[in-house]
Amino acid sequence: MPRNRSLRLAALGSTVQRAAAPAYSTARGRNALRRRVVAGVLVALSLILITGYFRESDNGALHGVQGATASVLRPFQIGAERVARPFQDGYDWVAGFFHAKSENEALREQLQALRQQAIQNTTAAQENRELRNALKFRSGPMYPSGYDQVAAEVISYGANQFQQELVISAGRNAGIRLNDPVTDSQGFLVGHISKTTSKTAEVSLLTDGDFSVAGRDAYTGTYGLVSHGQGAGETLILDLVPKDKVIRENDLIVTAGRRSARLPSLYPRNIAIGVVTSVGQTDVDIHQAVQIAPLADFSSLNVLLVLVPKSR
Amino acid sequence: MASDILKAAGVFFVAVVLQSAIVSSIEPGGGTADLVLVTLTAVALLRGAVFGAVVGFYAGFLLDAADLETLGLSSLLLTLAGYWIGRYGETTGRDRAHAPLLAIAVVTVLFALGSLAMHYVLADPVSARAGLVDALPAEIVLNLLLTIPVYALCRRIFARPSARPAVEVELGT
Repeated sequence: MPRNRSLRLAALGSTVQRAAAPAYSTARGRNALRRRVVAGVLVALSLILITGYFRESDNGALHGVQGATASVLRPFQIGAERVARPFQDGYDWVAGFFHAKSENEALREQLQALRQQAIQNTTAAQENRELRNALKFRSGPMYPSGYDQVAAEVISYGANQFQQELVISAGRNAGIRLNDPVTDSQGFLVGHISKTTSKTAEVSLLTDGDFSVAGRDAYTGTYGLVSHGQGAGETLILDLVPKDKVIRENDLIVTAGRRSARLPSLYPRNIAIGVVTSVGQTDVDIHQAVQIAPLADFSSLNVLLVLVPKSR
Repeated sequence: MASDILKAAGVFFVAVVLQSAIVSSIEPGGGTADLVLVTLTAVALLRGAVFGAVVGFYAGFLLDAADLETLGLSSLLLTLAGYWIGRYGETTGRDRAHAPLLAIAVVTVLFALGSLAMHYVLADPVSARAGLVDALPAEIVLNLLLTIPVYALCRRIFARPSARPAVEVELGT
Protein backbone atom coordinates (compact mmCIF):
# COMPACT_ATOMS: atom_id res chain seq x y z
CA MET A 1 0.00 0.00 0.00
CA PRO A 2 1.47 3.37 -0.98
CA ARG A 3 2.43 5.72 1.81
CA ASN A 4 0.54 8.67 0.34
CA ARG A 5 -2.74 6.82 0.23
CA SER A 6 -5.86 8.85 0.64
CA LEU A 7 -8.36 8.28 3.36
CA ARG A 8 -10.79 6.87 0.80
CA LEU A 9 -8.23 4.46 -0.61
CA ALA A 10 -7.22 3.37 2.83
CA ALA A 11 -10.77 2.71 3.73
CA LEU A 12 -11.50 0.84 0.50
CA GLY A 13 -8.24 -1.05 0.69
CA SER A 14 -9.12 -2.37 4.08
CA THR A 15 -12.50 -3.66 3.08
CA VAL A 16 -12.31 -4.59 -0.61
CA GLN A 17 -11.10 -8.10 -1.24
CA ARG A 18 -8.41 -8.47 -3.92
CA ALA A 19 -9.97 -10.94 -6.27
CA ALA A 20 -7.23 -10.73 -8.92
CA ALA A 21 -4.34 -11.22 -6.57
CA PRO A 22 -3.93 -15.01 -6.90
CA ALA A 23 -3.75 -14.91 -10.71
CA TYR A 24 -1.32 -12.02 -10.69
CA SER A 25 0.82 -13.72 -8.12
CA THR A 26 0.88 -16.97 -10.15
CA ALA A 27 1.99 -15.14 -13.30
CA ARG A 28 4.69 -13.35 -11.37
CA GLY A 29 5.82 -16.62 -9.86
CA ARG A 30 6.04 -18.20 -13.32
CA ASN A 31 8.09 -15.27 -14.61
CA ALA A 32 10.45 -15.47 -11.66
CA LEU A 33 10.88 -19.22 -12.17
CA ARG A 34 11.55 -18.78 -15.90
CA ARG A 35 14.05 -16.03 -15.16
CA ARG A 36 15.93 -18.15 -12.66
CA VAL A 37 15.91 -21.22 -14.90
CA VAL A 38 17.37 -19.26 -17.84
CA ALA A 39 20.08 -17.70 -15.66
CA GLY A 40 20.84 -21.05 -14.04
CA VAL A 41 21.14 -22.82 -17.39
CA LEU A 42 23.46 -20.13 -18.76
CA VAL A 43 25.66 -20.19 -15.65
CA ALA A 44 25.81 -24.00 -15.82
CA LEU A 45 26.67 -23.81 -19.53
CA SER A 46 29.47 -21.34 -18.78
CA LEU A 47 30.89 -23.63 -16.11
CA ILE A 48 30.72 -26.58 -18.50
CA LEU A 49 32.56 -24.51 -21.13
CA ILE A 50 35.27 -23.50 -18.65
CA THR A 51 35.74 -27.05 -17.41
CA GLY A 52 35.72 -28.59 -20.87
CA TYR A 53 38.10 -26.01 -22.28
CA PHE A 54 40.44 -26.29 -19.34
CA ARG A 55 40.63 -30.06 -19.45
CA GLU A 56 40.82 -30.71 -23.19
CA SER A 57 43.97 -30.56 -25.30
CA ASP A 58 44.77 -27.76 -27.75
CA ASN A 59 43.25 -29.87 -30.53
CA GLY A 60 39.96 -30.36 -28.68
CA ALA A 61 36.51 -29.49 -29.95
CA LEU A 62 36.10 -26.31 -27.90
CA HIS A 63 39.47 -25.02 -29.05
CA GLY A 64 38.29 -25.73 -32.59
CA VAL A 65 35.09 -23.74 -32.02
CA GLN A 66 37.13 -20.91 -30.54
CA GLY A 67 39.51 -20.93 -33.50
CA ALA A 68 36.63 -20.84 -35.98
CA THR A 69 34.94 -17.96 -34.13
CA ALA A 70 38.26 -16.10 -33.92
CA SER A 71 38.67 -16.56 -37.69
CA VAL A 72 35.25 -14.99 -38.25
CA LEU A 73 36.12 -12.04 -36.00
CA ARG A 74 39.63 -11.58 -37.43
CA PRO A 75 38.85 -9.56 -40.60
CA PHE A 76 36.59 -7.23 -38.63
CA GLN A 77 39.27 -6.73 -35.98
CA ILE A 78 41.90 -6.00 -38.63
CA GLY A 79 39.53 -3.55 -40.32
CA ALA A 80 38.70 -1.78 -37.06
CA GLU A 81 42.35 -1.60 -36.09
CA ARG A 82 43.28 -0.05 -39.45
CA VAL A 83 40.49 2.49 -39.29
CA ALA A 84 41.51 3.51 -35.76
CA ARG A 85 45.26 3.55 -36.47
CA PRO A 86 45.53 7.17 -37.77
CA PHE A 87 43.59 8.45 -34.77
CA GLN A 88 45.70 6.44 -32.38
CA ASP A 89 48.88 7.66 -34.05
CA GLY A 90 47.59 11.21 -33.75
CA TYR A 91 46.91 10.71 -30.04
CA ASP A 92 50.39 9.22 -29.54
CA TRP A 93 51.93 12.12 -31.45
CA VAL A 94 50.19 14.73 -29.30
CA ALA A 95 51.03 12.83 -26.11
CA GLY A 96 54.66 12.48 -27.21
CA PHE A 97 54.90 16.16 -28.10
CA PHE A 98 54.63 17.22 -24.45
CA HIS A 99 57.51 14.96 -23.44
CA ALA A 100 59.66 15.84 -26.43
CA LYS A 101 61.65 18.67 -24.87
CA SER A 102 62.81 16.84 -21.76
CA GLU A 103 63.34 13.67 -23.75
CA ASN A 104 65.47 15.54 -26.30
CA GLU A 105 68.06 16.52 -23.71
CA ALA A 106 68.34 13.02 -22.31
CA LEU A 107 68.62 11.55 -25.80
CA ARG A 108 71.49 13.88 -26.72
CA GLU A 109 73.48 12.66 -23.74
CA GLN A 110 72.63 9.09 -24.59
CA LEU A 111 73.70 9.64 -28.19
CA GLN A 112 77.13 10.84 -27.11
CA ALA A 113 77.64 7.76 -24.94
CA LEU A 114 76.40 5.42 -27.66
CA ARG A 115 78.71 6.97 -30.26
CA GLN A 116 81.68 6.18 -28.07
CA GLN A 117 80.35 2.68 -27.53
CA ALA A 118 79.73 2.15 -31.25
CA ILE A 119 83.37 2.95 -32.03
CA GLN A 120 84.53 0.43 -29.46
CA ASN A 121 82.02 -2.15 -30.72
CA THR A 122 83.21 -1.81 -34.32
CA THR A 123 86.76 -2.53 -33.25
CA ALA A 124 85.63 -5.45 -31.07
CA ALA A 125 83.51 -6.91 -33.87
CA GLN A 126 86.46 -6.77 -36.25
CA GLU A 127 88.64 -8.55 -33.69
CA ASN A 128 85.88 -11.07 -33.08
CA ARG A 129 85.68 -11.92 -36.80
CA GLU A 130 89.43 -12.33 -37.05
CA LEU A 131 89.58 -14.57 -33.98
CA ARG A 132 86.67 -16.72 -35.19
CA ASN A 133 88.39 -17.18 -38.53
CA ALA A 134 91.67 -18.02 -36.83
CA LEU A 135 90.00 -20.62 -34.58
CA LYS A 136 87.66 -21.92 -37.32
CA PHE A 137 84.87 -21.37 -34.77
CA ARG A 138 81.44 -22.90 -35.54
CA SER A 139 78.49 -21.28 -33.78
CA GLY A 140 74.91 -22.52 -33.38
CA PRO A 141 71.88 -20.79 -34.87
CA MET A 142 72.25 -17.07 -34.24
CA TYR A 143 69.62 -14.39 -33.89
CA PRO A 144 68.54 -12.90 -36.24
CA SER A 145 70.28 -14.77 -39.06
CA GLY A 146 69.03 -18.23 -38.01
CA TYR A 147 65.41 -17.16 -37.86
CA ASP A 148 62.68 -16.06 -40.23
CA GLN A 149 60.58 -13.19 -38.97
CA VAL A 150 56.83 -13.43 -39.44
CA ALA A 151 55.32 -9.96 -39.07
CA ALA A 152 51.76 -9.84 -37.78
CA GLU A 153 49.35 -7.16 -36.65
CA VAL A 154 47.94 -7.12 -33.14
CA ILE A 155 44.22 -7.71 -33.60
CA SER A 156 43.13 -8.05 -30.00
CA TYR A 157 44.46 -6.61 -26.79
CA GLY A 158 43.74 -8.17 -23.40
CA ALA A 159 40.19 -7.39 -22.36
CA ASN A 160 41.20 -6.28 -18.87
CA GLN A 161 44.18 -5.63 -16.64
CA PHE A 162 44.32 -9.24 -15.52
CA GLN A 163 45.13 -10.48 -19.02
CA GLN A 164 48.71 -10.16 -20.19
CA GLU A 165 48.14 -11.61 -23.62
CA LEU A 166 47.60 -10.28 -27.13
CA VAL A 167 46.22 -11.90 -30.24
CA ILE A 168 48.03 -11.48 -33.55
CA SER A 169 46.79 -11.92 -37.10
CA ALA A 170 49.00 -14.87 -38.09
CA GLY A 171 48.84 -18.47 -36.92
CA ARG A 172 49.85 -22.01 -37.81
CA ASN A 173 49.32 -21.37 -41.53
CA ALA A 174 52.21 -18.87 -41.39
CA GLY A 175 54.52 -21.41 -39.75
CA ILE A 176 54.04 -20.14 -36.20
CA ARG A 177 54.22 -22.75 -33.47
CA LEU A 178 53.79 -22.86 -29.71
CA ASN A 179 56.58 -21.16 -27.72
CA ASP A 180 58.07 -19.27 -30.67
CA PRO A 181 59.73 -16.06 -29.39
CA VAL A 182 58.07 -12.75 -30.23
CA THR A 183 59.71 -9.33 -30.53
CA ASP A 184 58.42 -5.87 -31.33
CA SER A 185 59.31 -4.13 -34.59
CA GLN A 186 62.59 -2.88 -33.07
CA GLY A 187 63.70 -6.37 -32.07
CA PHE A 188 63.06 -6.10 -28.31
CA LEU A 189 61.68 -9.22 -26.64
CA VAL A 190 57.94 -9.02 -26.06
CA GLY A 191 56.93 -12.57 -25.16
CA HIS A 192 56.23 -15.95 -26.68
CA ILE A 193 53.44 -17.75 -28.51
CA SER A 194 51.14 -19.42 -26.02
CA LYS A 195 48.23 -20.55 -28.23
CA THR A 196 47.75 -21.01 -31.94
CA THR A 197 44.86 -21.36 -34.33
CA SER A 198 45.16 -21.68 -38.09
CA LYS A 199 44.98 -17.92 -38.65
CA THR A 200 45.64 -16.32 -35.28
CA ALA A 201 47.96 -16.81 -32.34
CA GLU A 202 48.09 -15.66 -28.75
CA VAL A 203 51.19 -13.95 -27.41
CA SER A 204 51.91 -14.14 -23.68
CA LEU A 205 53.75 -10.98 -22.74
CA LEU A 206 56.88 -10.62 -20.63
CA THR A 207 54.63 -9.06 -18.00
CA ASP A 208 52.65 -12.29 -17.60
CA GLY A 209 53.18 -13.89 -14.18
CA ASP A 210 53.93 -17.27 -15.78
CA PHE A 211 56.65 -15.90 -18.02
CA SER A 212 60.35 -16.41 -17.37
CA VAL A 213 63.39 -16.42 -19.62
CA ALA A 214 67.08 -16.93 -19.00
CA GLY A 215 68.78 -13.52 -19.18
CA ARG A 216 72.37 -12.31 -19.30
CA ASP A 217 74.05 -9.02 -18.55
CA ALA A 218 75.46 -8.06 -21.95
CA TYR A 219 78.43 -6.23 -20.34
CA THR A 220 79.46 -8.46 -17.43
CA GLY A 221 78.09 -11.81 -18.63
CA THR A 222 76.19 -12.43 -15.37
CA TYR A 223 73.29 -14.86 -15.79
CA GLY A 224 69.87 -14.80 -14.14
CA LEU A 225 66.22 -15.58 -14.68
CA VAL A 226 64.04 -12.75 -15.99
CA SER A 227 60.42 -12.78 -14.85
CA HIS A 228 57.66 -10.37 -13.93
CA GLY A 229 57.97 -8.85 -10.47
CA GLN A 230 55.31 -9.33 -7.81
CA GLY A 231 54.26 -5.69 -7.99
CA ALA A 232 52.15 -4.01 -10.58
CA GLY A 233 53.33 -2.34 -13.77
CA GLU A 234 55.81 -3.52 -16.34
CA THR A 235 58.85 -3.85 -14.10
CA LEU A 236 60.73 -7.13 -14.48
CA ILE A 237 63.19 -8.76 -12.12
CA LEU A 238 66.40 -10.62 -12.81
CA ASP A 239 66.30 -13.41 -10.28
CA LEU A 240 68.84 -15.97 -9.09
CA VAL A 241 71.82 -13.64 -9.48
CA PRO A 242 74.42 -14.65 -6.83
CA LYS A 243 75.78 -11.87 -4.63
CA ASP A 244 79.34 -12.31 -5.87
CA LYS A 245 78.41 -11.58 -9.50
CA VAL A 246 78.79 -8.09 -10.92
CA ILE A 247 75.75 -6.32 -12.30
CA ARG A 248 75.28 -2.57 -12.55
CA GLU A 249 72.54 -0.06 -13.15
CA ASN A 250 71.91 0.76 -16.84
CA ASP A 251 73.40 -2.57 -17.95
CA LEU A 252 71.63 -4.15 -20.89
CA ILE A 253 69.97 -7.52 -20.25
CA VAL A 254 69.66 -9.88 -23.22
CA THR A 255 68.41 -13.42 -23.63
CA ALA A 256 71.02 -15.93 -22.50
CA GLY A 257 70.10 -18.54 -25.07
CA ARG A 258 71.88 -21.17 -23.05
CA ARG A 259 71.30 -24.65 -24.27
CA SER A 260 71.59 -27.84 -22.34
CA ALA A 261 70.53 -31.31 -23.34
CA ARG A 262 67.79 -31.40 -20.71
CA LEU A 263 66.55 -27.83 -20.66
CA PRO A 264 67.06 -26.11 -24.01
CA SER A 265 66.16 -22.41 -24.06
CA LEU A 266 63.23 -21.38 -26.22
CA TYR A 267 64.92 -18.09 -27.02
CA PRO A 268 67.95 -17.47 -29.18
CA ARG A 269 70.87 -15.62 -27.70
CA ASN A 270 71.12 -11.81 -27.62
CA ILE A 271 67.55 -10.59 -27.97
CA ALA A 272 67.44 -7.36 -25.95
CA ILE A 273 65.07 -7.58 -22.98
CA GLY A 274 65.61 -4.47 -20.86
CA VAL A 275 67.87 -2.20 -18.87
CA VAL A 276 68.79 -2.64 -15.19
CA THR A 277 67.14 0.09 -13.13
CA SER A 278 68.20 -0.94 -9.62
CA VAL A 279 70.46 -3.44 -7.91
CA GLY A 280 70.14 -4.25 -4.23
CA GLN A 281 70.76 -6.97 -1.73
CA THR A 282 69.71 -7.90 1.75
CA ASP A 283 71.54 -9.88 4.43
CA VAL A 284 68.95 -12.65 4.49
CA ASP A 285 68.71 -13.24 0.74
CA ILE A 286 71.38 -15.24 -1.05
CA HIS A 287 70.62 -13.51 -4.35
CA GLN A 288 70.75 -9.92 -5.51
CA ALA A 289 67.52 -8.02 -6.10
CA VAL A 290 67.77 -6.71 -9.66
CA GLN A 291 64.99 -4.74 -11.32
CA ILE A 292 64.74 -4.29 -15.08
CA ALA A 293 62.77 -1.84 -17.20
CA PRO A 294 61.74 -3.65 -20.39
CA LEU A 295 62.82 -2.00 -23.64
CA ALA A 296 59.61 -2.93 -25.45
CA ASP A 297 56.81 -0.42 -25.04
CA PHE A 298 53.87 -2.61 -24.10
CA SER A 299 51.38 0.24 -24.36
CA SER A 300 51.87 0.70 -28.09
CA LEU A 301 52.36 -2.70 -29.64
CA ASN A 302 50.86 -2.70 -33.11
CA VAL A 303 53.05 -4.99 -35.19
CA LEU A 304 54.97 -7.93 -33.74
CA LEU A 305 57.62 -10.20 -35.20
CA VAL A 306 57.45 -13.92 -34.50
CA LEU A 307 60.84 -15.64 -34.77
CA VAL A 308 60.45 -18.89 -36.64
CA PRO A 309 63.62 -21.04 -36.74
CA LYS A 310 64.83 -21.67 -40.30
CA SER A 311 65.90 -25.16 -39.31
CA ARG A 312 62.39 -26.28 -38.26
CA MET B 1 11.52 -10.16 -29.58
CA ALA B 2 13.15 -11.75 -32.65
CA SER B 3 14.21 -8.36 -33.94
CA ASP B 4 15.64 -7.52 -30.53
CA ILE B 5 17.74 -10.68 -30.63
CA LEU B 6 19.05 -9.86 -34.09
CA LYS B 7 19.83 -6.31 -33.04
CA ALA B 8 21.59 -7.52 -29.89
CA ALA B 9 23.63 -10.02 -31.91
CA GLY B 10 24.83 -7.24 -34.19
CA VAL B 11 25.41 -4.71 -31.43
CA PHE B 12 27.51 -7.06 -29.32
CA PHE B 13 29.47 -8.32 -32.33
CA VAL B 14 30.47 -4.73 -33.06
CA ALA B 15 31.13 -4.03 -29.37
CA VAL B 16 33.43 -7.05 -29.05
CA VAL B 17 35.35 -6.14 -32.21
CA LEU B 18 35.79 -2.54 -31.05
CA GLN B 19 36.71 -3.62 -27.53
CA SER B 20 39.33 -6.15 -28.56
CA ALA B 21 40.84 -4.21 -31.46
CA ILE B 22 40.70 -0.61 -30.27
CA VAL B 23 39.33 0.19 -26.82
CA SER B 24 41.61 -2.21 -24.91
CA SER B 25 44.69 -0.60 -26.43
CA ILE B 26 43.84 2.85 -25.06
CA GLU B 27 44.87 3.27 -21.43
CA PRO B 28 44.38 6.82 -20.19
CA GLY B 29 45.17 6.93 -16.48
CA GLY B 30 46.26 3.30 -16.41
CA GLY B 31 42.86 1.76 -17.05
CA THR B 32 40.82 0.79 -20.08
CA ALA B 33 37.14 1.29 -20.71
CA ASP B 34 34.97 -1.82 -21.02
CA LEU B 35 32.69 -1.16 -23.96
CA VAL B 36 31.11 -4.61 -23.81
CA LEU B 37 30.18 -4.22 -20.16
CA VAL B 38 28.77 -0.74 -20.76
CA THR B 39 26.73 -1.99 -23.72
CA LEU B 40 25.49 -4.92 -21.67
CA THR B 41 24.44 -2.57 -18.90
CA ALA B 42 22.44 -0.44 -21.31
CA VAL B 43 20.75 -3.40 -23.02
CA ALA B 44 19.97 -5.23 -19.77
CA LEU B 45 18.45 -2.11 -18.24
CA LEU B 46 16.28 -1.64 -21.31
CA ARG B 47 15.26 -5.27 -21.81
CA GLY B 48 15.36 -6.97 -18.43
CA ALA B 49 17.11 -9.80 -16.63
CA VAL B 50 16.49 -12.74 -18.99
CA PHE B 51 17.53 -10.82 -22.07
CA GLY B 52 20.51 -9.38 -20.17
CA ALA B 53 21.69 -12.83 -19.11
CA VAL B 54 21.37 -14.28 -22.62
CA VAL B 55 23.20 -11.43 -24.37
CA GLY B 56 25.80 -11.44 -21.58
CA PHE B 57 26.53 -15.08 -22.30
CA TYR B 58 26.75 -14.39 -26.04
CA ALA B 59 29.01 -11.36 -25.60
CA GLY B 60 31.27 -13.27 -23.23
CA PHE B 61 31.59 -16.13 -25.68
CA LEU B 62 32.60 -13.74 -28.48
CA LEU B 63 35.04 -11.93 -26.19
CA ASP B 64 36.73 -15.16 -25.10
CA ALA B 65 36.97 -16.27 -28.73
CA ALA B 66 38.44 -12.94 -29.84
CA ASP B 67 41.04 -12.90 -27.05
CA LEU B 68 41.71 -16.68 -27.21
CA GLU B 69 40.91 -16.76 -23.48
CA THR B 70 39.45 -19.70 -21.57
CA LEU B 71 36.01 -20.22 -23.13
CA GLY B 72 33.20 -19.57 -20.68
CA LEU B 73 35.16 -17.30 -18.37
CA SER B 74 33.75 -14.00 -19.63
CA SER B 75 30.42 -15.70 -20.41
CA LEU B 76 29.96 -16.61 -16.77
CA LEU B 77 30.78 -13.14 -15.49
CA LEU B 78 28.77 -11.30 -18.14
CA THR B 79 25.76 -13.62 -17.72
CA LEU B 80 25.66 -12.80 -14.01
CA ALA B 81 26.27 -9.12 -14.73
CA GLY B 82 23.48 -9.01 -17.34
CA TYR B 83 21.07 -10.79 -15.01
CA TRP B 84 21.82 -8.53 -12.05
CA ILE B 85 21.60 -5.32 -14.08
CA GLY B 86 18.36 -6.52 -15.68
CA ARG B 87 16.82 -7.23 -12.28
CA TYR B 88 17.94 -3.83 -11.06
CA GLY B 89 16.32 -2.22 -14.11
CA GLU B 90 13.09 -4.17 -13.58
CA THR B 91 12.83 -3.27 -9.90
CA THR B 92 14.66 -0.48 -8.07
CA GLY B 93 16.17 1.23 -11.07
CA ARG B 94 13.00 1.47 -13.13
CA ASP B 95 12.44 4.97 -14.54
CA ARG B 96 15.37 6.42 -12.63
CA ALA B 97 17.64 8.67 -14.63
CA HIS B 98 20.72 7.73 -12.66
CA ALA B 99 20.16 3.97 -12.99
CA PRO B 100 22.63 3.39 -15.88
CA LEU B 101 25.40 5.34 -14.13
CA LEU B 102 24.87 3.67 -10.79
CA ALA B 103 24.61 0.23 -12.39
CA ILE B 104 27.82 0.63 -14.40
CA ALA B 105 29.79 1.93 -11.43
CA VAL B 106 28.74 -1.01 -9.25
CA VAL B 107 29.04 -3.65 -11.95
CA THR B 108 32.52 -2.45 -12.98
CA VAL B 109 33.76 -3.06 -9.45
CA LEU B 110 31.96 -6.41 -9.17
CA PHE B 111 33.20 -7.49 -12.60
CA ALA B 112 36.80 -6.69 -11.65
CA LEU B 113 36.44 -8.65 -8.41
CA GLY B 114 34.80 -11.51 -10.30
CA SER B 115 37.57 -11.56 -12.92
CA LEU B 116 40.20 -11.63 -10.22
CA ALA B 117 38.42 -14.47 -8.44
CA MET B 118 38.04 -16.50 -11.63
CA HIS B 119 41.68 -16.08 -12.61
CA TYR B 120 42.63 -17.06 -9.07
CA VAL B 121 40.46 -20.19 -9.30
CA LEU B 122 42.01 -21.09 -12.66
CA ALA B 123 45.50 -20.58 -11.16
CA ASP B 124 46.37 -17.75 -13.56
CA PRO B 125 49.01 -15.54 -11.95
CA VAL B 126 47.44 -12.08 -11.79
CA SER B 127 48.23 -8.92 -9.92
CA ALA B 128 45.33 -7.83 -7.72
CA ARG B 129 47.00 -4.48 -7.23
CA ALA B 130 47.29 -3.86 -10.97
CA GLY B 131 43.64 -4.74 -11.58
CA LEU B 132 41.96 -3.32 -8.50
CA VAL B 133 44.12 -0.44 -7.29
CA ASP B 134 45.95 0.90 -10.34
CA ALA B 135 43.41 0.32 -13.09
CA LEU B 136 39.99 0.22 -11.46
CA PRO B 137 39.49 3.93 -10.61
CA ALA B 138 40.31 4.96 -14.18
CA GLU B 139 38.14 2.15 -15.53
CA ILE B 140 35.14 3.30 -13.49
CA VAL B 141 35.53 6.88 -14.73
CA LEU B 142 35.95 5.78 -18.37
CA ASN B 143 32.97 3.45 -18.17
CA LEU B 144 30.84 6.21 -16.66
CA LEU B 145 31.86 8.53 -19.50
CA LEU B 146 30.97 5.88 -22.07
CA THR B 147 27.66 5.03 -20.44
CA ILE B 148 25.81 8.18 -21.45
CA PRO B 149 26.34 7.95 -25.23
CA VAL B 150 26.13 4.15 -25.31
CA TYR B 151 22.90 4.12 -23.31
CA ALA B 152 21.39 6.77 -25.58
CA LEU B 153 22.41 4.78 -28.66
CA CYS B 154 21.07 1.52 -27.27
CA ARG B 155 17.80 3.17 -26.28
CA ARG B 156 17.45 4.33 -29.86
CA ILE B 157 18.35 0.92 -31.33
CA PHE B 158 16.14 -1.05 -28.96
CA ALA B 159 13.23 1.41 -28.94
CA ARG B 160 9.86 -0.31 -28.85
CA PRO B 161 7.50 0.68 -31.65
CA SER B 162 5.67 3.59 -30.12
CA ALA B 163 2.03 3.24 -29.24
CA ARG B 164 -0.50 5.17 -31.30
CA PRO B 165 -0.28 8.83 -30.42
CA ALA B 166 -3.00 10.20 -28.19
CA VAL B 167 -5.80 11.74 -30.16
CA GLU B 168 -8.10 14.30 -28.78
CA VAL B 169 -11.69 13.21 -29.07
CA GLU B 170 -14.85 15.01 -28.34
CA LEU B 171 -17.46 13.07 -26.48
CA GLY B 172 -20.96 13.54 -27.71
CA THR B 173 -23.46 14.94 -25.34
